[in-house]
Amino acid sequence: MTRPIRMRVRLEGDVAEIRALIDHPMETGLRKDARTGQLVPLHFIQNLTVSLDGKPVLETEWGQAMARNPYIQLRVHGAKADDEVTIEWVDNQGERGRASTRVPPPG
Amino acid sequence: MNRSADRRSFLRVWVGGAAVLVLGWLQPLRALAGWNKAAFQAGNIEGAIRHAGVADATPSEDIVIKAPEIAENGAQVPIEIRSNIPGTDQILVFSDKNVQPYVGLFQFSNGAEPFISTRIKMGDTSTLRAVARAGGRYYVKTRDVKVTIGGCGT
Repeated sequence: MTRPIRMRVRLEGDVAEIRALIDHPMETGLRKDARTGQLVPLHFIQNLTVSLDGKPVLETEWGQAMARNPYIQLRVHGAKADDEVTIEWVDNQGERGRASTRVPPPG
Repeated sequence: MNRSADRRSFLRVWVGGAAVLVLGWLQPLRALAGWNKAAFQAGNIEGAIRHAGVADATPSEDIVIKAPEIAENGAQVPIEIRSNIPGTDQILVFSDKNVQPYVGLFQFSNGAEPFISTRIKMGDTSTLRAVARAGGRYYVKTRDVKVTIGGCGT
């Protein structure tokens, strides 16, 4: 299953502000399905990496307390227009996601 | 658009898509290595910070936590953490009263500011705990967040 990643990047001087919204249920394993009454199995992103121009800038380890459809915002110095921003994640069920975009011109 | 142009553009899209797919296969997730199972599965804050290796953190006012005083919805609590301690390369987040208090680790490199803005789940009114690592030493700042409706069973 492909889960979309929405990314917005803004360049100000040499600082790239990266914002991303990752589509993922981030199930805690404690939630009951309203229809079946059964607990929904634990399903959450464990590792997520953001890279700029091929180099990691943010590496994470997450538990199930990250909110559903995780949002992250970070700021990276030394960025320039057209650098590639890549986000990759893997969850506790082995599912993976990946998306890239380019740093836009400043403004 | 005539039929052959239509077919060309279709092919272009299809071949492009295939190339992206192949690249995706050839580039395995880099660096996504560690996951501190003992810390994440710890059922109380003492165990979580001990397993995360940050039990001896020094209190610091140079860590800035932005979070709502009262969070209406514990399932989506916006938090922002910045470390003004020089050399900070990691920020760890804990929500003391969560069933499993360790929320996550954020590691910064290659020009990333020691700053993160995100959203977390808080099961109950709790202390939010941000730990920063700088020069191999740990520093901590806490902040209380009142939660109206807990967010772990949602």
